[in-house]
Amino acid sequence: MEKEPSIEKETKEVLKEHPELQVQIVLPGEFLDEKKGRKVGRGAFFEGEKVYAKFLGVPRVNEYEVNVLPLSGIYLPNIGDKIVAFISSVEVSGWFVDINSPYSAYLPLAEAVDEFVDTQKTDISRFFDIDNIVFCTISKVTKNKTIQVSMRDYGCRKLLGGIVIKVTPQKIPRIIGKEGSMIKLIKQKTGCDIITGQNGVVWLRGENKTKAIEAILTIEKESHTLGLTEKIEKLLG
Amino acid sequence: MEEKYALELILKGKRVDGRKFDEFRKIEINKGIIKKAEGSASVKIGDTEVIAGVKMNVGEPFSDSPNEGILIVNSEFTPLASPDFETGPPSEDAVELSRVVDRGIRESHAIEVEKLVIVPGEKVWVNFIDIHMINHQGNLLDAAALAAVSALLNAKVPKLDGENVLREDYERKLPVLHVPITVTVGKVGDNFIVDPTLQEEKILDSKLSIAVREDDTICALQKQGTKGLKFEDISQMVRIAREKAKELRKLVQSGD
Amino acid sequence: MIEIGHKSDVKLVIDGKRLDGRSSNELREVDMKIGVINRATGSALVRFGNTVAIAAVHGPRELFPRFLQQSEAGILRVRYNMAPFSVDDRKSPGPDRRSTEISKVIRSALEEVIFLEEFPKATIDVFVEILQADGSTRVTAINAASLALASAGIPMRDLVSACSVGKIDNQLIVDLNGKEDNFGETDMALAMQGGRKNVTLLQMDGVLTNVEFEKLLGFAKENCLKIYELQKKTLKEAYKRD
Repeated sequence: MEKEPSIEKETKEVLKEHPELQVQIVLPGEFLDEKKGRKVGRGAFFEGEKVYAKFLGVPRVNEYEVNVLPLSGIYLPNIGDKIVAFISSVEVSGWFVDINSPYSAYLPLAEAVDEFVDTQKTDISRFFDIDNIVFCTISKVTKNKTIQVSMRDYGCRKLLGGIVIKVTPQKIPRIIGKEGSMIKLIKQKTGCDIITGQNGVVWLRGENKTKAIEAILTIEKESHTLGLTEKIEKLLG
Repeated sequence: MEEKYALELILKGKRVDGRKFDEFRKIEINKGIIKKAEGSASVKIGDTEVIAGVKMNVGEPFSDSPNEGILIVNSEFTPLASPDFETGPPSEDAVELSRVVDRGIRESHAIEVEKLVIVPGEKVWVNFIDIHMINHQGNLLDAAALAAVSALLNAKVPKLDGENVLREDYERKLPVLHVPITVTVGKVGDNFIVDPTLQEEKILDSKLSIAVREDDTICALQKQGTKGLKFEDISQMVRIAREKAKELRKLVQSGD
Repeated sequence: MIEIGHKSDVKLVIDGKRLDGRSSNELREVDMKIGVINRATGSALVRFGNTVAIAAVHGPRELFPRFLQQSEAGILRVRYNMAPFSVDDRKSPGPDRRSTEISKVIRSALEEVIFLEEFPKATIDVFVEILQADGSTRVTAINAASLALASAGIPMRDLVSACSVGKIDNQLIVDLNGKEDNFGETDMALAMQGGRKNVTLLQMDGVLTNVEFEKLLGFAKENCLKIYELQKKTLKEAYKRD
């Protein structure tokens, strides 16, 4: 019992003595570095050789790229994203899907169901109905943001039971943790089934959902701080 | 498509109608054209046409300026002037133009409002300047401001017989102290142009409207458009406006 | 808003000092806070002396009605509004011509820095309420909106900073309060992209010689840069670990 408080205390003291270890925050328009042949990530922009931050966020400048991870924002879909979404309407041969973005997406029948379906005779709501929660993939994103999703990939399915929370999409990587370590920890300690969508929607099922949700929301709020892992370990008990 | 052509030309140093960057289209000013108004003027800049009328009524002064006449400037973007104007409440462009023209006249102290008091603290002359757009082919703001000032220079104060306003009879000219002229300067790339046509307006990066008095002071400024201006640009645009204002003022004051 | 006459007996400068004790090139006390409205994507509260503005950003979100949607880029909508209790004589609620014009110029002041091309068909809505009006409300609104946009995670090229300058009793000053705004000879509002130094809002009324105008431009640039530093500080400190 003595060990846990002192780890956090130690971290706090180290930070006080070494302010440069505080996580650095950059602002829109702030100069990051010279391009030097590296890739400029989605969170930065360049003019000539100079690269600047696009977002209020954490800089990621290494030998491969110059980028900024935004601290907050909305979800903008990219092909291949695995997301947790909601069926918002049932059409004749497909469904409109709420993907937690300013843009709604379409799930065509052929991308959702393997068997042959006669759309004249079948009401496809028997496969997916309004308000169903699904785990699916973003399969198409056109230039003017027409979005298509697919259920073909491994793991894509209807999610039954459980509840759903929304967090800032940019925090999902932190919630998952390095090689999934953070989300694994939360699943183990709470015994919950948890699926994190890259669109910021998280689905949870299990008796200790509340504890899991508390952990996830804490990570969201303090994602940019150091010593977070210890804090979460302590929270989960 | 016409806009693209206009843009290409400007970047090459030319304009569609062959004008120089600092050249206005042909300007025609006719005063006193509306018989029922106390003062009026029509202004044509190229094909852009605007009519301004001055009407004067007796009214109560504002409580914080009991010894001053009142000035109210209004602009109507009448639908007949352009397929883009609709009936109904004014668009934000119409509101903006109206307020900028108003400020050009008000802030320059163009009218000697102290000489428009009938009974101090109780009765003053209320001057309405109404500006009607007749044809929109670009640069409505400069045309509207020019029409307003011309109408003021043309205006006469009606005689008062007790409570009655005798509009057929005039006692004196409206006391005009200053002649503000508004010049809008547009920026395209590194070029500055005056008097943009309708097509040119669509390809401007931004524009700055400057109201200049005859003593070369500036009395109103309004930047429009979404692209930023460098501080040096602003100084240069104001310089251009001050020069052009002198030319335009000669046209307004002739034939008085 | 009633246009008040400029000839007045109100002395605004006594013995070289302004009525509130400030020197000519001094800003009022400034307070900036972000994250004040948790239902908004981003929000900020900015106070300059007794002028208080609160800004909220909603979006980017889908734009309705559909015919307003632009297929190439998103749009920015701004609504500037004065609360009825923000002024001496209660202002009746709802938009008037002045707030329509101010909403337009604020939108023009902010648009260029936002990467609207990343949100086709969507809209970013900025709402600014003036809770207390004591001069220079539109520039305070811009300062608040800038902070709200950054904290909302909107991709931007720069922050926008704004201030007012003017002339009272023949003296050139910075950051006009209500009395100075109403009874002074000239007031000028200027907004600038803090890093790039491009001017995105410029409005002036009053009478200025060219020399006075150039001096005021200089004051405005200087003070906008001061405000830019305050905005940056506010954003960085909000995310510092306790």
